[in-house]
Amino acid sequence: MALKRKIQELKKKRELVLQGGGEAAIEKQVAMGKMTARDRIVALLDKDSFHEYDLFVEHEAKDFDMDKKILYGDGVIVGTGTIYGAPICIFAQDFTVAGGSLGLMHSRKITKIMDHALKMKMPLIGINDSGGARIQEGVNSLAGYGEIFFRNTLNSGVIPQLSVILGPCAGGAVYSPALTDFVFVVDMISKMFITGPEVIKTVLGEEISMEDLGGAKVHSEISGNAHFYAESEPECFEQIKKLITFIPWNNMQKAKKFPPREPKTSYQIEDIVPEDPKQPYDVRDVVRAIVDDSDFFEVQSRWAENIVVGFGRLNGETVGFVCNQPLVLAGVLDVDSSDKASRFIRFCNAFNIPIITFVDIPGYLPGVDQEHAGVIRHGAKVLYAYSEATVPKMTVILRKAYGGGYIAMSSRHLRADFVFAWPGAEIAVMGPEGAANIIFRKEIAAAEDPEKMRKQKVKEYKEKFANPYVAAARGYIDAVIEPEETRKLLLHAIEVAGNKAVYLPKKKHGIPPF
Amino acid sequence: MAKSGAVKAGAKENAGHRKTGITKNKQVVTGKSVKENADRDITTKCGDRKITCKSLVIDGTKYRTRHNKKFENRKKWYNPDPNKIISVIPGTVLKLSAAEGKKVSAGDDMLVLEAMKMKNRILFPRDGVVKSVMVREGEKIPKGFLMIEMEN
Repeated sequence: MALKRKIQELKKKRELVLQGGGEAAIEKQVAMGKMTARDRIVALLDKDSFHEYDLFVEHEAKDFDMDKKILYGDGVIVGTGTIYGAPICIFAQDFTVAGGSLGLMHSRKITKIMDHALKMKMPLIGINDSGGARIQEGVNSLAGYGEIFFRNTLNSGVIPQLSVILGPCAGGAVYSPALTDFVFVVDMISKMFITGPEVIKTVLGEEISMEDLGGAKVHSEISGNAHFYAESEPECFEQIKKLITFIPWNNMQKAKKFPPREPKTSYQIEDIVPEDPKQPYDVRDVVRAIVDDSDFFEVQSRWAENIVVGFGRLNGETVGFVCNQPLVLAGVLDVDSSDKASRFIRFCNAFNIPIITFVDIPGYLPGVDQEHAGVIRHGAKVLYAYSEATVPKMTVILRKAYGGGYIAMSSRHLRADFVFAWPGAEIAVMGPEGAANIIFRKEIAAAEDPEKMRKQKVKEYKEKFANPYVAAARGYIDAVIEPEETRKLLLHAIEVAGNKAVYLPKKKHGIPPF
Repeated sequence: MAKSGAVKAGAKENAGHRKTGITKNKQVVTGKSVKENADRDITTKCGDRKITCKSLVIDGTKYRTRHNKKFENRKKWYNPDPNKIISVIPGTVLKLSAAEGKKVSAGDDMLVLEAMKMKNRILFPRDGVVKSVMVREGEKIPKGFLMIEMEN
């Protein structure tokens, strides 16, 4: 009977801790339009799958009367659970307990679950909602952050790491999400910045609101820090769940296979791309006409929209798509789109996800601001990422493939495994107008009617070079295909590339241009 | 200890200035001349370049700050005006669909801008009325050019 009494005692203790920061603090959290940390975990994970650890951890701080304060769970909830059956390690900062501030024990709870995730090779999800470092604990809280960053780096490329920003995430704390693979933000709730509006006002005299400085829209549209934007927390959780179905649990596995399904588009794939090479179209329509169930899950859909990246399935197997988007900025590669594409390619490569590239690119974006912003350095990232990737790489040239853009977009020369081109493809070193002006400069200048001559020479060049057959004659592309055949060929390519093995020269690591 | 520190700072003025942003100047200003010197710029040599910095006087000691010309002339952040529609790529206006006084809704065609071998369709980002059109058909415009102004 003695044990029964102790069980009662445990239950009481548990109840005390589970209330977190108390009713008043919870009310305040709800008034801000936010869910509590525990509710968030329950909403995200499979029903009844969450198991919490380190419930009775207490802080050891003594200064500033901290020894008299009890912080239940030390402001963070950690545990394991599942999402659609996938094992998940999760931590959620509890804003109701001391503002979710990060002290030594708080960080130890987080690092413990991070170590667990690495050891057990399962995805890690971190829900950030914290006022920052616990100032009373001084350098101990800084040490805590450092330990987290170190593990983020160690885990990178071994297990998928997801960060969910559901509250403030300021100062040094922002670097943990920045080191992870995918960052989720929610409108009016997420706030990320290194220095807040107050500091900016004092130092620079510029006034800016918190939302304009580091709100969800800023990070998903301007800075590119966030990958997924949601209007509400439940929508955000749906995005996380969907992403988990597309990615493997660790770098030793492949993503879970789903039953194959046919695309369900109502249009013909060959009707999407206009005949006039100067007419834009939405490349996502092409992707939707190819992937299973027409289900394309776009990543970073609001930032650097001139390149489209995301996940889809072919015959039930996850593939990553990287596509130029002619609808925005003519689909050029610039500083931001290079950055976006190369990071996505590296994620796919690290986690055994084949990469399919749809090419329709006029080239790299010219301009003083691009040159000065480092388009050379950023553009090189795309070359590096594609060259380094050893997963199966399939390329389909839909229309334009000019100059450096042709090389960068997973060309044969960067070891693409299969390169297909649609009959309308134009593969050349530069556009007909520019090329004709240079090659036939003398003829044009000497002609009686230079404009007429120029047009004629442009036409000549176009007929001779703006087609896929010159490249096909050299074997740079494997086949010129009908648009209709694309899905069939890609399915086949995925199947035959299943056992691809490439051995790179032995090295500690490369030095990519970042 | 404090004294030697001050001497060191004086000797390596420029290095100290770059590291900390604020350096104690050798010259200690008396109470009387505080006001005279308060806002005067200090010009120092940094290698071959001359740098003019703002100075501050606190408790009779003159400090040099990092408020140099580069800082003063930096591009300041301003809240983007949603009524002003700016070009994001340099190009040629091929077709203009917007007209002054026209009522438009988000997603309507504004103009076609030819750039990078593409006839880029530029759409209205939101509902409203066109106040003024700053571009003409056939005109070449740079990046960051004010194309259309709208009113609420």
